[in-house]
Formats: sequence, C-alpha cells, structure tokens
Amino acid sequence: MNEKMMTCIVCPRGCRMKVTFEGDKMLSCTGNFCKRGADYARAEIAFPVRVLTSTVTINSYEVPRLPVKTSAPIPKDKLFEAMEKLKTLKVSVPVKHSDIIFSDFISKGVNLISCRSVNS
Amino acid sequence: MNLNKSLVVVGGGPAGLAAAIAAKENGINDVIILERGSCLGGILNQCIHSGFGLHAFGEELTGPEYAGRYEEKAEKLKVDYLTDTMVLSVSHDKTVIAVSKEKGLLIIKAEAVVLATGCRERTRGAINIPGTRPAGVFTAGTAQYYINMIGNHVGKKAVILGSGDIGLIMARRLMLEGAKVEMVLELLPYSNGLGRNIAQCLEDFDIPLMLSHTVIGVSGKERLEGVTIAKVDDRLLPIPGTEQFIECDTLLLSVGLIPENEIATGAGVELSPITGGAVVNENLETNIEGVFACGNALHVHDLVDYVSDEAARAGKSAAAYLNGDKKESSQYKTIITKNGVRYCVPQKIGTLTPEIPLFFRVATPSQGSTILIYADGNVVYKKREAYLTPSEMQMVKLSDETCKKLNEAKEITVELNTK
Repeated sequence: MNEKMMTCIVCPRGCRMKVTFEGDKMLSCTGNFCKRGADYARAEIAFPVRVLTSTVTINSYEVPRLPVKTSAPIPKDKLFEAMEKLKTLKVSVPVKHSDIIFSDFISKGVNLISCRSVNS
Repeated sequence: MNLNKSLVVVGGGPAGLAAAIAAKENGINDVIILERGSCLGGILNQCIHSGFGLHAFGEELTGPEYAGRYEEKAEKLKVDYLTDTMVLSVSHDKTVIAVSKEKGLLIIKAEAVVLATGCRERTRGAINIPGTRPAGVFTAGTAQYYINMIGNHVGKKAVILGSGDIGLIMARRLMLEGAKVEMVLELLPYSNGLGRNIAQCLEDFDIPLMLSHTVIGVSGKERLEGVTIAKVDDRLLPIPGTEQFIECDTLLLSVGLIPENEIATGAGVELSPITGGAVVNENLETNIEGVFACGNALHVHDLVDYVSDEAARAGKSAAAYLNGDKKESSQYKTIITKNGVRYCVPQKIGTLTPEIPLFFRVATPSQGSTILIYADGNVVYKKREAYLTPSEMQMVKLSDETCKKLNEAKEITVELNTK
C-alpha cells in the first residue's frame, strides 16, 4: 500500500488530502471536504486528467487570438500533444462562445470549444 | 460633448459591469460605463484559464466566459457603454471628464459615480531589483497579455518571482507555450497562491517552488541573460553566501497588485493606507456623497465572484442614493482591526444588515485561529478557522441579531485569537 499527500484542484478550497492506494486503485482518502475530492483523488491515481485552456488563431479585426478550452478534461500526459494540435487550427469569424471549434479533440467525445464571441 | 447622466461607472471590467447591471435593475436607466480598453470585460479577457464563477454560477468558467455572461446581461438590459474611452478625472462635484478617439472630449455631469477602476501590478521599480535594464523583464500580467491576447512568446527560459496565483498561472502558461520555467521564487516562507494552483501549475510540470528566495540582481545588456537569486532570512533580507546565478532570458514578476485610484484621489476620495483603496461605508460609498467604489479598486480580491457581488451592491447603493431612498446614517463607526487582522472592508459602518458581508484579511498564516468580533468589548461573533492565510480574503456574514448589537455599539473591533 502506498500513501500520498495530494491537493485537490476541483475548487479554490484546495483540500489537502491523504490518499492511500495500491497500483492504480485508491484505497482511502481523508482530508477532503466534499465528495468531489475523493473523486478527484481516485482519478488522479488511476488516470490523471486536466481541462486545457489556450488560444487559437482567428481571422478577426477585433482580436488576434480566440480563447478556447476543452469541454471535458483530457489525459494529463497529452497536454503538450494538444498544444501542438492547437497550433494547426485557424478559426474564421463569426464565432460564438460555446461553439465547437474541433470535435473529438485529443479524446473521443471531448470537444474544443470557443470561450468568447467574436463577430468580425 | 457635454452630457448629463444619472450614473457614470468608471471601468468596464467585472466590477463595472456588475455595478451598472445592478443599478439598471434597480431602476436607474441613465447609466453609462466608460471603459478605456477596446472591449468590455477588463482583465478577464486575458485570464483564459478556468476557475472563475464557482460561487456566482456554480460552474467553472474561463475569464472570457465569465465576462461574457455579464456582457450578455448588460446587453439584454441595454446598459449604455463607451469603449476606447479614457476617464481623465472625476471632480468633487461628480463632473467626469473623458476622452475617446471617436467622441473626442466628453464632459459628463453625473449625479452619482461608481469607481470600478481595478488594480495594477507592482513592477520591478516597486521592489528595487538592482542590475542592468535589459529586455525580458515583465510583470506577469503583461506577459499574460502578450501571450493570450496578442499571441506573442515572451521568452524561452524563465524565472518567475512571486508565487501568487498570477505567477503560478503564468508558470503553467509558459510551459504549455513551449518555454521552460526554471523555478518560481517566493520571498515569504509560504506561498500566497491557492493550493490547487501550486498543484496544477507547478507540480504538474515539475517546476520547483523556492520559498524564502528572491532575485537580487538582473544581468544582460540587450536581452536578459540571467538573474542572481539568494535565500532570505526571517527579516526577508538576502543571506550572504547563498547567491546563485540562474541563466534565463525572461523574468516574470508577480509581486502584488495595487488598487488604481488616481481618479479617486483627484476627486478627493479618502484612501486607506492599508488596502490602497477608498475608505467606504456599508453602502460602499466613499467620503464623497454619491461616489461609490468597488472591486479591485477598493481592495484586491482573490475571486472575481466576490468582485461581482460587491460591485452589484455598489450599483444597488448608487441606485438607492439616486432614488433618494437611502437612509441617512447619523454616525459612522470605524471598525477597529487588530491582533492579526490587517483590514476590514467596509472600514466604517452606520447600519449593518445581514446582506452586507465584512471582508478582511489576516496578517500571517495560522492554524486553528478564532475570528472574533466585539461590540463594545463583548464578543458578538466567533468562528474557529482550521486554516487562515493572508492570500485568502475572509468573508463574514452576520445574523440579524448580531447586526443589531453592532449597530447599537459605540465601538466595533475585529481580531484574531491565535491560541
């Protein structure tokens, strides 16, 4: 059995949690204020994921970059691969916030979505 | 151009937007926001990371998304605004002078003003780092603007001084954008950033956090070639013999924010030497009747959700003032802060109600301390906190009964019991 201290990243509270695990299976989690802490710890042990936010090129008069994010967390070890892929994307105006910029981005079922509306 | 307006809101960031919306919702139609940037939303536009809106919307949004929600609301309510418009001054009689490329000189006679001018970053000059003056030394927010708004890289190998949230967020950004962050230095023996940001911005990318360290020298002629760092003692002074030269082409400074209050000062608004923002009463009104302050211009917040909430109260108060249904408080009592409580906003109160939160910050980190509020020496509020840190603003909402006791008291004190 292994033991690890972990800071929950789900909300700004940032609970310090003591997690015990065997391989990629969590055995116990203490110090978490809510259920989301344990869920995070379980995922972190088995398969760590992160939401990626970044920007992509847009052909706009208003702004040179369009802020984007992944609609759901993607594997942590694919963040740099995702950043490389973002460099190949070019968005055309108009775009609305929550528009899908790219479907199945890095992970199946995860979309890259626009965080801002740009009209022209 | 000469105009008459019921309410002028200076600044179109999260505070200005929320204040204008609240004023409009409370019956003030003649509101205008003056924003110096080219779009509304303020600094949120460059804060492309997520973590905003957990309190206000119950979901995690990025900065632009959070701003978008308020912009849409402002649009729906037909809140009037001018962008690319710089307010030059607000006078004691609430005459607002502004300039814009499109409208030229604007002289607006306002009946009420909300100051939502935000804050600015402390620079290299503010902390006196000796050495040469090469390119490559940025405040973290400037680097954030270059990268996220313009799409420019700032450098390849960076050292970051300051482990507040902006420094941490920028460490991750630089790594993702292909630069290498050598280390994040923190003068204090603890980080002022959120634990979650240390985890997801530093630990995720194996960036070392060096506590009790600072930059004592900058080298390089045209471009930064490296910085000299040193460990500091408990008086925060560099310890001789601990110097190290770190090769880098970029130094980011995340060394604090200062409320921006030149306009407030010009109007004769009394400022607090501790917060750097206006001294306000429970209605967020300054010493000048009809001039209100909110957001980071009032005191630097850690969460935008609290900014929006506070600014909405400022907008509502401005509306009440304009509608003439503001109850005249006969006397204001200054809230005394001591024993580890650095400040409290509002600084003075006439009539406190349960809707009005008291915001304060502690001076040093502590565990198991008790927050105490006294009315004439009697404890009226008591709460034990597992963990208190200066970087986390504390918010206390009081019950009807407690408010009543405080309203009747002659002296109000907020303090910490660390035992």
